[in-house]
Amino acid sequence: MSSLSWGTIEPHLPILLVILPLFGSLLTTFLRKGILAWLIALAVTLVLPVFSIALLMKVMETGQPIVYQIGNWPAPVGIVYKVDQLSAYVLTVISLIGAVIMPFARRSVAAEIQEPAQSWYYTMYLLCLCGLLGIVITGDAFNAFVFLEISSLATYVLIAMGRHRRALLAAYQYLIMGTIGATMYIIGIGLLYVVTGTLNFDDLADRLRLAIADPGYRNAVITALGFIFVGVSLKLALFPMHVWLPNAYAYAPSLATAFLAGTATKAAIYLLLRLIFSVFGVALTIDNLPIPQILLVLSIAAMFIASFSAVFEENAKRMLAYSSVAQVGYIMLGVALINQAGLTGALAHIANHAIMKTALFLALGAVFYRIGSVMYSDMAGIGRKMPLTMGAFAVAGIGLMGTPGTAGFISKWYLGIGAIDAGMYSVVFLIVASSLISVIYIGRITEVVWFREPSEAAKTAKEAPLSMLIPLWILALATLYLGFDTRATVDVAAKAAEVLLGGIR
Amino acid sequence: MKEAILEFAQHYNYFITIFLMISGLFIVIARGNLIKKLIGLSLFQTSVYLLYLTPAKIHNGTAPIYDYAYDTYSNPLPHVLMLTAIVVGVATLALGLALVVRIKEAYGTIEEDEIFSKDPEAE
Amino acid sequence: MRLDLILRVGAKLILPFILLFALYVQFHGDYGPGGGFQAGVISAGMVILYAIIFGIRAAKQVAPPRVVEMMVPGGVLIYAGTGAYTMLLGGNFLEYTPLAHDFLHAHEWGIFSVEIGVLVTVCGTMIAMFYAFAERGRS
Repeated sequence: MSSLSWGTIEPHLPILLVILPLFGSLLTTFLRKGILAWLIALAVTLVLPVFSIALLMKVMETGQPIVYQIGNWPAPVGIVYKVDQLSAYVLTVISLIGAVIMPFARRSVAAEIQEPAQSWYYTMYLLCLCGLLGIVITGDAFNAFVFLEISSLATYVLIAMGRHRRALLAAYQYLIMGTIGATMYIIGIGLLYVVTGTLNFDDLADRLRLAIADPGYRNAVITALGFIFVGVSLKLALFPMHVWLPNAYAYAPSLATAFLAGTATKAAIYLLLRLIFSVFGVALTIDNLPIPQILLVLSIAAMFIASFSAVFEENAKRMLAYSSVAQVGYIMLGVALINQAGLTGALAHIANHAIMKTALFLALGAVFYRIGSVMYSDMAGIGRKMPLTMGAFAVAGIGLMGTPGTAGFISKWYLGIGAIDAGMYSVVFLIVASSLISVIYIGRITEVVWFREPSEAAKTAKEAPLSMLIPLWILALATLYLGFDTRATVDVAAKAAEVLLGGIR
Repeated sequence: MKEAILEFAQHYNYFITIFLMISGLFIVIARGNLIKKLIGLSLFQTSVYLLYLTPAKIHNGTAPIYDYAYDTYSNPLPHVLMLTAIVVGVATLALGLALVVRIKEAYGTIEEDEIFSKDPEAE
Repeated sequence: MRLDLILRVGAKLILPFILLFALYVQFHGDYGPGGGFQAGVISAGMVILYAIIFGIRAAKQVAPPRVVEMMVPGGVLIYAGTGAYTMLLGGNFLEYTPLAHDFLHAHEWGIFSVEIGVLVTVCGTMIAMFYAFAERGRS
């Protein structure tokens, strides 16, 4: 038996990222105390970023993907986990968000969920984290489906644990939509398997390139692309397929909302990028298919229609949920441009949006902890009673608008450059115009919380406890910091974009 | 005409798959009863099993169990994949039914339109 | 509860054979059709049949809910624990080779313990699902 040191752990980092949260979730089911389950979850989530950052640094240094063979069976016979620049980057984002919000969890979960269910809550949280990390790390199309369903099933339970009875309906609605999406994804993968006889992403790409020459196969491949595109788009809440998202985010427990908003859609976006660029992009010329045009129209529609919905919302969590749909629109806009700058902006926005949106939802979680509501009418004047909480909310909100000096500006800047490179000057104008709408909805809630007379609920409110303020301000300061020092986001995103674009035909 | 019939007969599995897929999806969309929606969802998932298992059959191939008497076996991988998909389907169905039980307890009905008339903001 | 004599005696006769069949399927699964998944469902079927005929309270003495709830994560723990153990022995995750000196023996052991894990989880899950739905609204 070999001793445990970094040298012996390092080759196993990819699998440890997945099985550590799995083991954590198993342990929490045996320990039926909320506080013990929280300690386990805290320990696990604090270790994961160390692993994912180590992977990221190694991949950036060598430029070569790290491959881990499960059971030591080489691809394509066995399942391999493959970490390249893109997956290491998304892994780092997900594991960091998962870790930062954990100190916040203790009080928030204790207040919102009854005791016997608390340890189940952490079980589901860790299981969801396990599934999301698994989607990003795996190099096998069917394994990705299994992880997609693990994370989705855990998500449905997390949402259903919300206090309001509408949480049940939201979870049910998401279950129906999510299952249809996942099933469409395996229909697509099934068609690809029939054509190629393999499920490994790299192997699929190689064999598709040969298979595509046959017109009969070509039709099957394009049908598969359609199924996979629609299926994964349901999961990532691309505009017309987003209807499950606002209610799911609005009625889930505060912590679950913050976690899901930061991570769940990001893992699905990763899966779509991996399939479109690394699998289909190698075989088909994506430019010849209407994929970029469809994505462009849908993402611009998302940016405007979802933002308008956010403006007229009276529930702060729903407002931010609509804003999430709009922000997914920005990310997919960058993908639709299919050039270096656009993709860099999209990938940078994955991290930036995760940080800002998690901060915003955490602030609402702190408000909910104190006054038990996130309706505008109850939140009126809360800023005077909880200045630190709402201050962090304002900082992250300014970032969300895309004000210069914040992280949100950086990603929109690259999106704009990408649009200019693609010769679509009108898109630049649309990015600016939709950002102005976000000024309206963030401005509206800012007006409510700072300038209105305090409501009954707000009069007795106190500042949030320190365990909530620290994660909140870490994320808020990160929003500002990443607006100046972009090495951690843009540089890595640019490398990942190069890798994605380097593969396509 | 003869070719058309032969074509159909050769691919009848795929026609069953498509029929199950479309009818499942139709039930999910058209029915307001939450349990019926789940039944439709299960049907939709079932069609995938057939989609995977059909090409796994190899002419003159036996079940993929090692035996000296045979040398042609059907492809076992799709069966393994579908075993996994069945487990996922069972888990989804169980969770969905559990949610319906809770919804029934919270709203007193499992008809979508009645729920929305009791709680108009839920839509 | 009504006294359905034939049903009760018949069930009592058949129950041990169901369990025996489950174990046959379980241990035959390494080299033939069968395995932990099927065995788990069959053995859970035994408990469910028992519950249907003798009442759920009697079934809960055979398979206490606390134990059933432990079985669900317990089986996954056996499965993943096998993988982690092979990592401690210097292999990759779920690489059975280091489990014994001989390649075939090692794989026999690996599949055996993984299948035990599957049996425990599947059996626990099926019974837990039955309890959850059968009990709801009664108490």
